[in-house]
Amino acid sequence: MSVLVYTENWDGKFKKLSFELVSYATKLAEMLNTQSIALSVGDVENSELEKLGKYGAHKIISMTGKNLNVLDNQLYSEMISETAKKEGATVLVLSNNNSGKAIAPRLSVRLKAGIGASVTKLPVSVEPFIVYKKVFSGNAFARILIKSEIRILTLAQNSFELDEADNHASIVKVERTIADGQARTQILEVQKQTGKILLTDAEIVVSGGRGMKSPDNWGPILEMASLLGAATACSRPVSDEGWRPHEEHTGQTGKIISPNLYFAIGISGATQHLAGVSSSKFIVAINSDKDAPIFEAANYGIVGDASKILPKLVEAIKEIKGK
Amino acid sequence: MKILVCISNVPDTTTKVKFIDDSRKLDSTGIQWVINPWDELSLTRALELKDDPANGIPTVAVAHVGFVGAEPTIRKALAIGADEAFRVNAEPVDAFFVAAQLAEVIRANPFDIIMCGIESSDYNGSSVGGMLAEFLGIPSVSSVSSIQIENGKTVINREIDGGKEILTVPSPFVAIVQKGIAKEPRIAAMRGIMMARTKPIKTMEPAAIEAITEVIQFEMPKPRAVCKFADPENPKELIDLLQNEAKII
Repeated sequence: MSVLVYTENWDGKFKKLSFELVSYATKLAEMLNTQSIALSVGDVENSELEKLGKYGAHKIISMTGKNLNVLDNQLYSEMISETAKKEGATVLVLSNNNSGKAIAPRLSVRLKAGIGASVTKLPVSVEPFIVYKKVFSGNAFARILIKSEIRILTLAQNSFELDEADNHASIVKVERTIADGQARTQILEVQKQTGKILLTDAEIVVSGGRGMKSPDNWGPILEMASLLGAATACSRPVSDEGWRPHEEHTGQTGKIISPNLYFAIGISGATQHLAGVSSSKFIVAINSDKDAPIFEAANYGIVGDASKILPKLVEAIKEIKGK
Repeated sequence: MKILVCISNVPDTTTKVKFIDDSRKLDSTGIQWVINPWDELSLTRALELKDDPANGIPTVAVAHVGFVGAEPTIRKALAIGADEAFRVNAEPVDAFFVAAQLAEVIRANPFDIIMCGIESSDYNGSSVGGMLAEFLGIPSVSSVSSIQIENGKTVINREIDGGKEILTVPSPFVAIVQKGIAKEPRIAAMRGIMMARTKPIKTMEPAAIEAITEVIQFEMPKPRAVCKFADPENPKELIDLLQNEAKII
């Protein structure tokens, strides 16, 4: 028995979400009186792999070989399910990010394993196996019984505290060859933004809505974000109008995020918007309408005109940041 | 090339959900049922592809797993422009069950491109599309934000952390679709609504599949703390609260 956690890497590096996953898998393994095993696919240096051990992994399997850099959902689920079987995994943990969502459902069918999707907490119980998750886009929660012998959990990003527990992990190298042309997915081009804090990774997010009145008024939002080391986001009407890029749309049909701090500026807080941000730890709202629903979701608020408030806010942030 | 769009029947996204039977069941009183928003965007994109004769798409069909009560939602998909519909007459108990039933539909009625929304707004499981592809043993591409047909080849944009990949996969495959795939959902015109009445909905009985997960209880979210207001004349107050009370910046 073991808990297998799939840790994705980005150009050979892990990020905070990888360590959240290992922390989660290790705590879960304790509940099951077993150990967590981390699986890394692709070239990652030993010094980087060792970091996974610092968050409690007992064993780190580093799978390397030709053609592993293309995420082909079929091949990846084959490799992960092979490892799960070999290691006797009864629970598999993946992130609820793009690749986790792509692979977990395929693993579910391969291993006949029920999925607890986008969990934010450890299971309510392991015998029977019951998970707690958000449903109806955050308007409710549910306790879900997973009846299969193997279970798959996908963990929502930034929802689980890192927990250092050095287990002196052993690193096991596994060679895996994918023949040329075996992957059905053929990448034609990759377009990447660099130097920007990703919305899904960010601990602080500064977001603007239609109340900002014009794309020309975004200056203070960008400045606030840069001072706070935050990512920028927006509401759906703003991205639909083309004021901001689609990647910034947070809400039910856009990105679903759970930063530590979310600034909603000129956003009224329709149910669909809240569905994307309601798991933020703190929400700050700035809106000229004191009855805007966003204030029901917010921890802190200011009622007033964003164009007048933002410059002063930027000054106040500069002061505490010593700039 | 034939396209199938899998649709889920969900409460309108503005619904304030309530539960009955000791919080074990959704109270459907007064609920307005709609096509799951991501599925509606998939359908819109499928119809846009069909509109261009160069793409050579004769049929766009929809498939749904659910009881007869979902037929108004299926009719809506037909009114928007789908040519035909399949309905598996069963309660959509969990994603595994639904995907297995859809796989049966497709085994009996092959399609080249199968589109699924990346999640449903009710259970938010993000599972059916990938499971369906695995049941059928065909490729799947997730987080699809654009799909085009160029010289008979499907070209797809897949969102990745901090960017996108442009890729191609051979048909048949499952495209698991997210925001960006179509701008606005297509709305049914009167002519479409009239025509939908005579379009076929093929009903089939479910295959013997057992669900592997089960909702045992719903809970309402805990109310958030009451909002604390700072003085609009002195926004520094807000920063003080964030720094010294919430200790978050």
